[in-house]
Amino acid sequence: MIYPVDISTQPVWTILSNIMDPEVPVLSILDLGIVRKVTVNDDDVEVVITPTYTGCPAMDMISASVRMELLAAGYKNVSVLQVLSPAWTTEWMSEQGKKKLKEYGIAPPNPLQQVCHHDLFMNDEAIQCPHCESWHTRLISEFGSTACKSLYQCKDCQEPFDYFKCH
Amino acid sequence: MSLLNYSLSLADSTLLLGQRNSEWCGHGPVLEQDIAITNISLDLIGQARNFYQYAAIIRNDGSTEDTLAYLRDAREFRNLLLVELPNGDWGSTILRQFFFSNYQHLLYTKLQQSNDEQLAAIAAKALKEVTYHLRWSSEWVIRLGDGTAESHRRMNDALQELWPYTGEMFIPVPFEKEIANKQTAPDPGSLKDAWMEKTAEIFHAATLDLPGNVFMHTGGKEGNHTEHIGFVLAEMQFLQRAYPGAEW
Ligand SMILES: [Zn+2]
Repeated sequence: MIYPVDISTQPVWTILSNIMDPEVPVLSILDLGIVRKVTVNDDDVEVVITPTYTGCPAMDMISASVRMELLAAGYKNVSVLQVLSPAWTTEWMSEQGKKKLKEYGIAPPNPLQQVCHHDLFMNDEAIQCPHCESWHTRLISEFGSTACKSLYQCKDCQEPFDYFKCH
Repeated sequence: MSLLNYSLSLADSTLLLGQRNSEWCGHGPVLEQDIAITNISLDLIGQARNFYQYAAIIRNDGSTEDTLAYLRDAREFRNLLLVELPNGDWGSTILRQFFFSNYQHLLYTKLQQSNDEQLAAIAAKALKEVTYHLRWSSEWVIRLGDGTAESHRRMNDALQELWPYTGEMFIPVPFEKEIANKQTAPDPGSLKDAWMEKTAEIFHAATLDLPGNVFMHTGGKEGNHTEHIGFVLAEMQFLQRAYPGAEW
């Protein structure tokens, strides 16, 4: 995540920290790491965000929430800019965010270097069950309920669970 | 002009394959794979949006991503013929996805280095998604090719059907040559060897034979399509044509 450098942006960052990802409502957009830059000039504010996946349907909703919350806080001209580069990576997810994901029942992303390789039939990634902490789990499908998740099952407690895949 | 046509071409191919794959929604052979193919659709349509948004900026005539996707006629579409073909069975859908993902993976890897910042950014972003698509479709080609007698036969039928549409990916049209000369995108022909190599590797594991030299259909990138495009556009564009500006 990016830390505020300019004191005048502090209130904006605080507001943003309360805007949740509509698809994973325990994660704020700061936890997710998609807010790249905030610029404030008196009543004008510009927020730069980057999508997780190109087809992520939540982006428009997130842009709208950011705009509404900042207007409600009294900023007059709010612009939300979407940029693609540098491309978002799960490395930008905050540690706090990963903790919140796990408590919510979604296995947090592993660090990139550990699993982001592209061999075929690699279904033995070590993903920990968020329910019982067992490492004895199996991949059911690389594509899950949303673009950012894949589906696993725990072989110990038998529960299926989502894994927020590294990206 | 060549940059506009190139962006539209990438947009049209990703949009149409996204649209075709989405026809599987609710009809996939098993739930997990239904979800997988529709996730891939979502990624492809997301990529298409990025290319259309860029094309709209280049045109600078009031076009938007929506007018470009929904209000252009078949002759204006610059997609590969491969992606407008009907889905066929699951094997055929998988094989086409493998052919296209294999191509996209090579294309985006090079396009990341484009001297055009926006194309480079879209490619770098999309490459991560395509990597998942390529792995998933490769695994399925192997699973079905080297599966039962029935699945092998179907994969082989799909191969005979689709192979004559693969050549178009590597045969440049004038706007592709022009943009390659400006170092803005790779020459499509330069991707062919690596594509064949990957295809041969996966086919070997899938016990499928690479077809020999056959006649390759072309024309899609210049607006000369198969009869199938009319049907897919009719379904995709109906709502915006019937109720212009409709939103929800
Ligand atoms: Zn468990």
